[in-house]
Amino acid sequence: MATSILGKLFSRTTHAERTTRRATERAEIRQAAGSAGIPSVSVRDLSLRFGNVTVLEHLDLDIMDGEFLVLLGPSGCGKSTLLNCIAGLIDVGEGQIFIKGWNVTWEEPKDRNIGMVFQSYALYPQMSVRRNLSFGLTSAGVPRDEIDKRIARTAELLQIQALLDRKPSQLSGGQRQRVAIRRALVRDADVFLFDEPLSNLDAKLRSELRVEIKRLHQTLANTMVYVTHDQIEAMTLADRIAVMKDGKIQQLGAPHEIYDRPVNRFVAGFLGSPQMNFLSGRLESGPSPAFHAGDVSVPLDRYAFDKPGAAGGPCELGIRPESVAIGAEASARPFSREIEVEIVEPMGANTLVWTKLAGTNFAFLIDSQSRLKVGERVTIGFDPARVSLFDEATGVRL
Amino acid sequence: MADTASLEAAASRSPLVSRQLAGPRGPKPRRVVSRRNILLYGTLIFLALYYLLPLYVMVVTSLKGMPEIRLGNVFSPPVDITFEPWVKAWSSACTGLNCDGLSRGFWNSVRITVPSVVLSIAIASVNGYALANWRFKGANIFFTILIVGSFIPYQVMIYPIVIILRDIGLYGSLYGLVIVHSIFGMPILTLLFRNYFTSIPEELFRAARVDGAGFWGIYFKIMMPMSLPIFVVAVIIQITGIWNDFLFGVIYTKPDSYPMTVQLNNIVNSTQGVKEYNVNMAATILTGLVPLIVYFASGKLFVRGIAAGAVKG
Repeated sequence: MATSILGKLFSRTTHAERTTRRATERAEIRQAAGSAGIPSVSVRDLSLRFGNVTVLEHLDLDIMDGEFLVLLGPSGCGKSTLLNCIAGLIDVGEGQIFIKGWNVTWEEPKDRNIGMVFQSYALYPQMSVRRNLSFGLTSAGVPRDEIDKRIARTAELLQIQALLDRKPSQLSGGQRQRVAIRRALVRDADVFLFDEPLSNLDAKLRSELRVEIKRLHQTLANTMVYVTHDQIEAMTLADRIAVMKDGKIQQLGAPHEIYDRPVNRFVAGFLGSPQMNFLSGRLESGPSPAFHAGDVSVPLDRYAFDKPGAAGGPCELGIRPESVAIGAEASARPFSREIEVEIVEPMGANTLVWTKLAGTNFAFLIDSQSRLKVGERVTIGFDPARVSLFDEATGVRL
Repeated sequence: MADTASLEAAASRSPLVSRQLAGPRGPKPRRVVSRRNILLYGTLIFLALYYLLPLYVMVVTSLKGMPEIRLGNVFSPPVDITFEPWVKAWSSACTGLNCDGLSRGFWNSVRITVPSVVLSIAIASVNGYALANWRFKGANIFFTILIVGSFIPYQVMIYPIVIILRDIGLYGSLYGLVIVHSIFGMPILTLLFRNYFTSIPEELFRAARVDGAGFWGIYFKIMMPMSLPIFVVAVIIQITGIWNDFLFGVIYTKPDSYPMTVQLNNIVNSTQGVKEYNVNMAATILTGLVPLIVYFASGKLFVRGIAAGAVKG
């Protein structure tokens, strides 16, 4: 009995041997993946439950090599959880995760070859900036001179050389997040994960760093996954956006696609500021379909239906505030109507005007040069080709 | 600006407005002697005196000779100061069989306290770290058991521990007492460390994991350097607790290895001869000196550590 156990122990390969074998296997797979165009990150049928709460449900997602993917959604939609699952910081319930073709579902975070940036920066407070940057490399056993070289190179990329010997507490918020982004990049990882990195910064710094991140992605061309609830960040940074709600991806596509043709009522309402206007009414199907709500009726001949020949019934019409025209231009549109101005909100670049249409509040954007006054009557109009139509019961785009 | 000008114009017409303009400006003056201050400081000074009085009596008595003590003026300062009682208490007072004073007990206490403090804090900090950051399976049950353990009165466990120590051959030795102290310190210390580590942002821990640090790497390189205040609190709690312990000391050791507190008791309660109050007082102060010094030396860090759990950032 004892001899058989001992025999088993000794017949097994040593730790060092296993590590080298894994490394070679992995390099092989990475190469094969690269030439075969296998996604950089693949999430397969991922589910996660905490007790009775389902956080992620049968989720599939492929992120291409060099792509900037943004996970966008309201708080509690599971976007951060998904990112943490990819990072290996939360154990998945079901499903698989691949990074560069390598199955990392059960791997430790350090073995996934990822870099991560956190909302609260998560810099080690007792270490200097230099030590913060080198910590991961030292843990990975990278030689000393190689570490110095990499830090010098990365520091140069974002003008933080002067800060290398300071402690995080001596840095401003923006500098801290810059250092945190450096710390992730210095590792030369396969995938970079950003967990709401700009949410703790003020508006000015946020837009500055947003541009910096975009520039970094353009120069480095690494795969990046970015979690945010800020639609401006999502629209500006993303190659593709995944809009999430209740642990499911609602829509996955290029920013303009999601903005112009939202697949459901939720995505339509979530993206866009000021928000899309919604009118509740009825769809009249037939050879010349039209939308009726109270005294408003919109011809839909030019509307590209998702499902041709949709049956008539209760539905919602969504119109973006910026696709509404006023004055002479409006009269030329297929739908136009004279309304009374109720509230005027100047926003600098343009002005938001509120009125009533079919009994509901309706907002539209005008150029800040054209001054409208409260109580004034003006003609507004829009092109039905640029509206969205949703089934009232299911919220699905028609 | 325009407002001030119009206000001044109004002042020229109405005396009421001009009185307002001439009225108070700048910081509000603070009175040093006010009813509130007298009440506050009066109470504080009274309470401070009340608590300091016994200490005063102890110090004064320990510096008097026996003839002076017999006069009975407890509060009067010593007429001719003598350090004889201190020397005697330290090196030649009789404690039962041997007459080499408290010095033997002092060194015994050091030999008990130092390893107990180091051992218990080393184990408890790792416990707290594991419970706070590595939510392993059964962590909550483990923690509950640990906390429930701290509610069981010591006295219930005395005899079972005697049997256990006897069976493993450590009864009567300093090692046995060190183990007992370490175990009894575990619940409160683990709770202390767990709460402190929970207050450290979890993203730091996650960042370290992504950076490739393991269980011990994160503990030694990230968590420990950030936790000086709480370690100081733990050291103080343990030093005072173990140094001042009498019960375990008298039960689990032999007369040769009695800690200082037990020696002190034997000096003060010895039934032979005359009661030497000055020696007793000196011996008591000597015994209490170690925790006092620890408090004074680390006071600031102690307060910081106690507050650290409550206030974020």
